[in-house]
Amino acid sequence: MKEIYMDNNATTKVDEAVFEEMRPYFCDLYGNPSSMHFFGGQVQKKVDEARNRVAALLGASPEEIVFTACGTESDNAAIRSAIEVYPERRHIITTRVEHPAVLTLCRNLSKRGYRVTELNVDGEGRLDLNELRAAVDEDTAIVSVMWANNETGVVFPIEEVGKIIKEKGKGAFFHTDAVQAVGKIPIDMAASTVDMLSISGHKLHAPKGIGVLYVRKGVPFRPFMVGGHQEHNRRAGTENTAAIIALGKACELAGQWMEDENTRVKAMRDRLQTTLLELIPRARINGGQAERLPNTLSIAFEFVEGEAILMLLSEKGICASSGSACTSGSLEPSHVLRAMGVPFTCAHGSIRFSLSRFNTDEDIETIIRELPPVVRRLREMSPFGREFLNA
Amino acid sequence: MWDYTEKVREHFLNPRNVGDIPDADAVGEVGSLACGDALKLYIKLDDAKERIVDAKFQTFGCASAIASSSALTEIIKGKTLDEALATTNQEIADFLGGLPEEKMHCSVMGQEALEVAIAKYRGGPVPTHHDHGHEEVEPGEIVCKCFGLTDTFLKKVIAANKLTTAEQVTHFTKAGGACGGCIPKIKELISEVLGAQPTEERKKPEKLTNLRKMQLIQETLEKEIRPLLWADGGDLELVDISGSEVQIAFRKACAGCASSGNTAKFVELKLRDLVADDIVVQEVEG
Ligand SMILES: Cc1ncc(COP(=O)(O)O)c(C=O)c1O
Ligand code: FES
Repeated sequence: MKEIYMDNNATTKVDEAVFEEMRPYFCDLYGNPSSMHFFGGQVQKKVDEARNRVAALLGASPEEIVFTACGTESDNAAIRSAIEVYPERRHIITTRVEHPAVLTLCRNLSKRGYRVTELNVDGEGRLDLNELRAAVDEDTAIVSVMWANNETGVVFPIEEVGKIIKEKGKGAFFHTDAVQAVGKIPIDMAASTVDMLSISGHKLHAPKGIGVLYVRKGVPFRPFMVGGHQEHNRRAGTENTAAIIALGKACELAGQWMEDENTRVKAMRDRLQTTLLELIPRARINGGQAERLPNTLSIAFEFVEGEAILMLLSEKGICASSGSACTSGSLEPSHVLRAMGVPFTCAHGSIRFSLSRFNTDEDIETIIRELPPVVRRLREMSPFGREFLNA
Repeated sequence: MWDYTEKVREHFLNPRNVGDIPDADAVGEVGSLACGDALKLYIKLDDAKERIVDAKFQTFGCASAIASSSALTEIIKGKTLDEALATTNQEIADFLGGLPEEKMHCSVMGQEALEVAIAKYRGGPVPTHHDHGHEEVEPGEIVCKCFGLTDTFLKKVIAANKLTTAEQVTHFTKAGGACGGCIPKIKELISEVLGAQPTEERKKPEKLTNLRKMQLIQETLEKEIRPLLWADGGDLELVDISGSEVQIAFRKACAGCASSGNTAKFVELKLRDLVADDIVVQEVEG
C-alpha cells in the first residue's frame, strides 16, 4: 500500500538531496572537525557551510547558530540558560499551548519554587497580549512563547510579544520554539526581537536528532551541556557532522521551497478544509479564524473519537494524527484543544492533517474521497452520532 | 501506535452486533461525550426471560472500545442473565487476545454496561459510576470528580483485577487520568483493598540477603514510591534500614499532613509487595 503521508508536523521525509548531501560523512569523510589534520578540516569546512546555510534561512549570522541534538534540547537549553544567567529572578512566562519540551520543563521548575505564568489562549488559539503585558515584570527571567503551534498551526504574533517584553521586561529573555515555523513561514532574525529560537531538523526534511538553538549576538548564554569546546563552548560534544550538513542543505532547500509552501501547499490545505466542511456536517476547524501555518489543518468531528478515525484512515494508507486522548494514552483531549476550550462534543474527535511539499493534489482527492464515509460509519456506530443522524 | 492484537483490529474493522433492538428487554448505557467514550448495550431475552437471545451495541470511542463492545455482545449471547453477569472485564480482554494496559478501561466499560442493563431490568440499584441521571445508583462516595467514579466502583475494579498502583487504576477506570486530584484517594483505596487481602495471595518475593533487601528497598523507594509522592507535592527520605524495619521521614506536603499515616501504610504495603512480606515501615521525625 502506498502511503499518503499527511503527518508532517510529527516528522518529515528526509529530502533525497539532503540525504545525498550527508551520505559521504559516514563511511568516507568521517573525520572529527576539531582535528588538526586535513581529514577533519575538510569536515569542518562543510559544518561551517551548513552553519551559513541555517543562518541564511533565519536572516541570522553564523556565530548565532548553535547545533544541538533536537528541538527539545534547544528548548531546554534556552530556558535553563536564562535562569542560570538570572539566578535572582524567579518568574517564567510561557503559554498553555506550548509543546511539552517547554511546558514540562516549566512545570518542573514551578515545583522547584519558580513562579510560572502560563498565558491563556482564546477559542481560536490566540494569545491575549494584555495578559502578557500584565504578567511581565522585573522578576521575569524568560518568556518562552512558541512561534507556531504544532497541533493547530496557529501562529503567534511573535514580534508584538517581543515588543512587550522589551518594554516591560527589564532584560527578560525572549525565547521562541520555532520548530514548526521554520521552513514554513519567512523568519528574519535581523529584524526580530527574539533572543533565542529553537529549530528541529526532522520537521523540515532533515533527519531526526539534529536541532539548532539560535542565540542572538550579545545575549549571555550558559550551556547546560558542558565538556569540550565545541560550538564555541555553547554545546559540548562532538558534532553530529552528517546531520549538521544535512540540516544545512535542508535549510537551503526550505528557502527555495518557501514560496511553494505558501502558495501550492496552502492551496491544497485550503481545498481539503473547504471540501471536508462541505461534505461532513458538524465539523469545525480548530483555530480556523486565527492566522495559521500554510500546511496545517486541525479539524474536529462531533460524536466520533479521533483514534478510531485514524485507524480507519490508516487502513486506506492515509497517515494523519489526532489531538484526541486515546492516541496518546492520556485520557483527556490534548492540552492545546483544552486550553482553547474546544467544545467537549468534538474535542475527542479532532484530526490533524499536516502537509508538506511532497504532497500532491491526488493525495487531497484521496482524503476527500475516503474520510467522509469513515466519519459517517463511526457516527452510525456511536449512540450520539445516531441520535444526530436520525434527527 | 498501539500494539493491538489482530483480534482487536478485526473486531474494530468488522464489529459484530452494531445497532439497536427496538423491543429490547434491557438497555444499559454508560459513559458520555465528555468522557471520551460511551456504550449503549441492548439485550433481548428469550420467552422465558432467562437467556440472552440477542445483544446489540452502539459505541462512541476508540478502536479498543469498539472492539470490546463487539466482544462483549459475542460473549453474552446465549448465556443466562446470571451467567452473563459473571463476565469479568478480563474475559472481554482475553476474548480479544488482550488489550494494552492503558486501554483496559474499555473492557471495564463493557462489563459495566452489562451490569447496568441487567440491574435496570431486574429493578435493583444501578451500579454505575457514570453520571447519567439515573434515579437509583449504588451507594458510594464520588472519588474521581473528573470521571464521576465512586469508591465502591473503584474498589471493585481494584480487587477484581488485583491492581496495585494508581497508574493501573487509571488504565482500568480512567480515575486519576485528568486533573489527577483524586490520586491520593485512589492510593488509599488500593491500600484498603490490599490490606483486606490475605497475605498468601500476594506474590512472595524470593528469599533475599540483607544487602540485596536494602538495595531493593532503596530502589523501590526511589523508583516506585517517591515519584508518586512528588506528584502530590510531597516527598520522603529514607532514614534507616535495620533488618526489616524501614524508617522514613516525610517531607514537604506529606510532612504534618493528617493522612501521612495512610501514606506510611501505603509505603509499607508497596514495599511488602515489591520487596519482602515482613517489612515494617516506621515514620520518624527526620
Ligand atoms: C513545537 C515543537 N517543539 C518541539 C518539538 C520537539 O522537537 P524534537 O522532536 O526535535 O525534540 C516538536 C516536535 O515534536 C514541536 O512540534
Ligand atoms: S478527580 Fe480524578 S482525575 Fe480529576
